[in-house]
Amino acid sequence: MEIGKPDLSLREFDLEEGRQIEELIARSQQPIKDPDEWLDSGLRQNVFMTSIAKVLNWGRHYSTWPFGSGLACCAMEMVATASSRFDITRFGMDVFRASPRQADLFIVAGTLTWKMAPAVRRLYDQMAEPKWVIAMGACAISGGTFAHSYSVVPGVNRIIPVDVYVPGCPPRPEALIYGVMMLHKKIDKRRFRQQD
Amino acid sequence: MTKPLIGQEIARQISGGVPQSVVDSGQSWVLVQPESVLQVARYLKTTPGLEFDYLTCLTGTDYLDYIEVVYILTSMKHNHSVVLKTRCNREKPEVPSVVELWRGADFQEREVYDLLGVKFAGHPNMKRLFLWEGFKGHPLRRDYL
Repeated sequence: MEIGKPDLSLREFDLEEGRQIEELIARSQQPIKDPDEWLDSGLRQNVFMTSIAKVLNWGRHYSTWPFGSGLACCAMEMVATASSRFDITRFGMDVFRASPRQADLFIVAGTLTWKMAPAVRRLYDQMAEPKWVIAMGACAISGGTFAHSYSVVPGVNRIIPVDVYVPGCPPRPEALIYGVMMLHKKIDKRRFRQQD
Repeated sequence: MTKPLIGQEIARQISGGVPQSVVDSGQSWVLVQPESVLQVARYLKTTPGLEFDYLTCLTGTDYLDYIEVVYILTSMKHNHSVVLKTRCNREKPEVPSVVELWRGADFQEREVYDLLGVKFAGHPNMKRLFLWEGFKGHPLRRDYL
């Protein structure tokens, strides 16, 4: 998605932004399918590849660097999860990256509005494979209280594919940690050279 | 504690400074004509003894018959406050902008324009604040669906 050309005047810039958002809304009327159909598709690979995958998954499992993206109040719980009492460092996740290019995990913490949606999509696209997404809280899962609102995306799975949903309003840090553990289970099931 | 001034007394003062601007007044508020908002605001800001140098809040409400724009003013010097209101026509709501007096009004006027559709004449950048360009309607109006 192209955001701007250098010679756009401010007014044209606004109109262009509006056009892009309207286009994104038109494109995102249906949720994106959760990327998990591969989970139960049976193991069709040889023993050698399985061992490599096991080592790779072990490494990814214990170094899932999250992307520091807080959209609303759920971000406070995410911060609490990262700080000393709940201590996400235990999972090798203490380094919240400020850049999507260095992150593996996108925790969408909070309400996503349509105006923010192109930016979230863009950040997701900038993350390097393999990447995962946790939708944290009622708003990120389904729009929550604002599901029928004029400006809120009814679930971030309209914009980006979601691996783990953590319900709550906001979820307790324990809940987020449980979601992270679910994600770790999912990572452990990945096969070598998997494309999803 | 900031002292809320009596609306009727302020209304009497405003009537002296800006004639034919006050419509009504109550215990804590003064209702003025929409066309004279800027003169009244300037009067309240510059008159010695009043000197409302700080705009605490600017907001709007839709009452179905009219749209009310509310200014909550505070004086840092005298530590007192007053509520200034104006009612404008719902079909073509237009109020003079007070950005030249209080810069803090900039985004708040844009917000009221975005969500209620009140045009602030003289505002340097009158466009939507929260919603995107091309959004249809003003969502805080009570007939918006």
